[in-house]
Amino acid sequence: MQLDARIPAGPLTDKWDNHRAAVRIISPANKRKYEILVVGTGLAGAAAAATLAELGYNVKVFCLQDSPRRAHSVAAQGGINAAKNYRNDGDSIFRLFYDTIKGGDFRAREANVYRLAQVANNIIDQCVAQGVPFAREYGGTLANRSFGGAQVSRTFYARGQTGQQLLLGAYSAMMRQVAAGRITIYPRREMMDLVVIDGQARGLVCRNLVTGEFERYGGQAVVLASGGYGNVYYLSTNAVSSNVTAAWRAYKHGAGFANPCYVQIHPTCIPVHGDYQCKLTLMSESLRNDGRIWVPGQAGDRRQPAAIPEEERDYYLERKYPGFGNLVPRDVASRNTKEVCDQGRGVGKSGRAVYLDLRDAIERDGLEVMLQKYGNLFHMYEKITARDPGREPMMIYPAVHYAMGGLWVDYNLMSTIPGLFVLGEANFSDHGANRLGASAMMQGLADGYFILPATIGDYLAGTGHEPPDTGGKAYDLAVRRSEQRIAGLLKNTAGKKPGLQTATHYHRRLGSLLWNECGIARNRKGLQRALDAIPELREEFRHNVVVPGSGRELNQALEKAGRVADFMEFAEIMVRDALAREESCGCHLREESQTATHEARRDDEHFSHVAVWEYTGEGRAVMHKEPLSFEYVTPVQRSYT
Amino acid sequence: MTAPTITITIKIWRQAGPDVQGSFEEHTLRDLDVDMSLPEMLEVLNEQLTRQGKIPVAFDHDCLEGICGMCGAVVDGVAQGPEEKTTLCQLYLRHFHDNQTITIEPFRARAFPIIKDLVIDRSAFDRIIQAGGFVSVNTGAAPDGNVLPVARHLAEQAMDAAACSGCGACVAACPNAAAMLFVGAKISQLALLPQGRPERERRALSMVRAMDREGFGSCGNERECEAVCPKGISIRNIARLNREFLRASLAADETV
Repeated sequence: MQLDARIPAGPLTDKWDNHRAAVRIISPANKRKYEILVVGTGLAGAAAAATLAELGYNVKVFCLQDSPRRAHSVAAQGGINAAKNYRNDGDSIFRLFYDTIKGGDFRAREANVYRLAQVANNIIDQCVAQGVPFAREYGGTLANRSFGGAQVSRTFYARGQTGQQLLLGAYSAMMRQVAAGRITIYPRREMMDLVVIDGQARGLVCRNLVTGEFERYGGQAVVLASGGYGNVYYLSTNAVSSNVTAAWRAYKHGAGFANPCYVQIHPTCIPVHGDYQCKLTLMSESLRNDGRIWVPGQAGDRRQPAAIPEEERDYYLERKYPGFGNLVPRDVASRNTKEVCDQGRGVGKSGRAVYLDLRDAIERDGLEVMLQKYGNLFHMYEKITARDPGREPMMIYPAVHYAMGGLWVDYNLMSTIPGLFVLGEANFSDHGANRLGASAMMQGLADGYFILPATIGDYLAGTGHEPPDTGGKAYDLAVRRSEQRIAGLLKNTAGKKPGLQTATHYHRRLGSLLWNECGIARNRKGLQRALDAIPELREEFRHNVVVPGSGRELNQALEKAGRVADFMEFAEIMVRDALAREESCGCHLREESQTATHEARRDDEHFSHVAVWEYTGEGRAVMHKEPLSFEYVTPVQRSYT
Repeated sequence: MTAPTITITIKIWRQAGPDVQGSFEEHTLRDLDVDMSLPEMLEVLNEQLTRQGKIPVAFDHDCLEGICGMCGAVVDGVAQGPEEKTTLCQLYLRHFHDNQTITIEPFRARAFPIIKDLVIDRSAFDRIIQAGGFVSVNTGAAPDGNVLPVARHLAEQAMDAAACSGCGACVAACPNAAAMLFVGAKISQLALLPQGRPERERRALSMVRAMDREGFGSCGNERECEAVCPKGISIRNIARLNREFLRASLAADETV
């Protein structure tokens, strides 16, 4: 596997401009001869589809949902970063770049992250022009807030529904192109396989989720914007349908999978309440601007929060990290929260929760101001828990939230399969080992609006525009493989043999295994245990999963089982990647790699690389390394004390 | 400490396909945790059906935090259920009492054909947006975000309207199956903001035409849409839609 990142030459600040000037482009008259397939309609997919269509390409867009307005980007709450420096508080493109690469614990490429910081300002302008109702100051200018881990106010927001508003903006741009005849939408479709012809990604086989039929689509390039794999843990903040399937199919065709062990555990989620729950709801960490996180000083203190006097509370983040307090990065907050709960100081029914207390902010600014800032979060919390955060502290606990790992891409966002581009959370590109708050939407939209549309022409200029033969061998094979997978899942009938279980049952077991052994803190022994257990669980799943109904109809249980089957395979490279990375970095504490004071110890000497996994046959994979070098920043051990 | 549990009997609509006759089916579920949400309860039902070798209930749901607009059903006669400003996925069993019977059926409207059980086809909404629910600005053509100031109260009102999740409860609740709240919300958002002004008239005429084409009815001021809207979208947006439409009609020669 060749890992050429194709980073342009020249100074960091000029690389993107130089690159855009140097790449080949397609003339306006010829663009209409090209067909591009986009899988996924979140921020990255929708932005890419709309922009490619505006440029003149023909675009086909596929999504699982009934409408391309619903992908999980819709649920992003807090905001989107840009270095506009509207607040005159010392922000700059370099500072945004530095914060992002430092937040990622120096495990991302300098050139990619700098480019991200560069185009962030254009994203804000674009979204404003689309009619995204960003929060405003009284004078009518755009409002900003500071957000987890940042010391400047650079986050733009639309109440706590920024993701929804940005997605609807991209969706509306896409709908405009549907009306213009440049985009065709294929909702309720699931990508079952990638079609690679002569080493190039040329098409897809999709399952029509309403009829169960397999459909064949061809073009000159395939763009995966299929989101992250956090649902491998079963319990996560992701939407139910979020999956690794599209990315996994690409991996099995030879696309390298980078850093699969990098998963972000978000510190501020509503604690779990029962077995049937697969969804944890995130409370935007913007709440950490005004909320103070604490637990009782003594283990086993079951008093109501209001009955615990100030001096018997432990504001553990403020105590341990006085410089950043409650705004420490997500991993530090999550780890410390798990730690105080492990000490028996957790609160709530389960003891797996801590308080996020807005009392002081309400006293300082008034409830009215808090409601303006967080109204919908208060509403959401009260809906779920039947408690009012205006009157008593919220309870929160960490949950799996975002996958920094993903398919490996070069500077052009092309995977190791020529013609297969990967955007947004589905790629690995910009967040290193940890993603800073308010930068997921920034990356998705940067990839979709500005980066892919500028780089894809360079590839297309070398491919010609002949459509692939969708009746050909490669398609037949992809359909056959997909049919076999479906048949394998449907082979059992309930009651026909003992021990049959639903896909959800196995998903739950896989998730709990990964949360325990490959979660916030990991060690060799535990990872080894997981590595032994996963193939056994997978075999049991293959033999005993029961899926009702048939493949020739709308069958949600079948869809779910197919996604769980892929998680079962993916989990193994995730754990292998975690095992190979014998350092603590970003979101993860590797227990063997700690400082004397139990803080994470990164090991730049041995692990300053991207770990890229190549499929070499069923259940087999080899790891390649893309070394990371830093010319413009000096990797420092993160210190938030 | 164990959570309190309740027993619920569900009367749920089953329909195997778009052209098949549907009917209600009754199931009783015991020992349900009151903190469980409605979709979680349906998961319990589906696991039970699966174990019995029966076909589970098809129902759309995705984000489970009330923002994606995927889920929706009529619960005890109310679109998105009896709780105010709540989607189906945020309806918890604590809102019901022990041994209660809950009736669950799909959103019903001519423009939203049933696909299976509770799953409906809402693509009519996408086609209405395609008719003009956007600002025509290509990527890269935008001026600096602060070039056009927007009065804070207008930005807030635009945001109130923009919060619509496109779930379709408004249509299901309306005796005329009108989509005026959905259309009014989008037209209001873009009419309130300076960015939407240049296409204001064209948008109003075109979206209303698309709405009629899709087979949605007209508003009869019943206000049922506002009552069930999970996002609390006000019918003031319908008034604004009417004003925008009238205004555009009067100025038709300057617009199309």
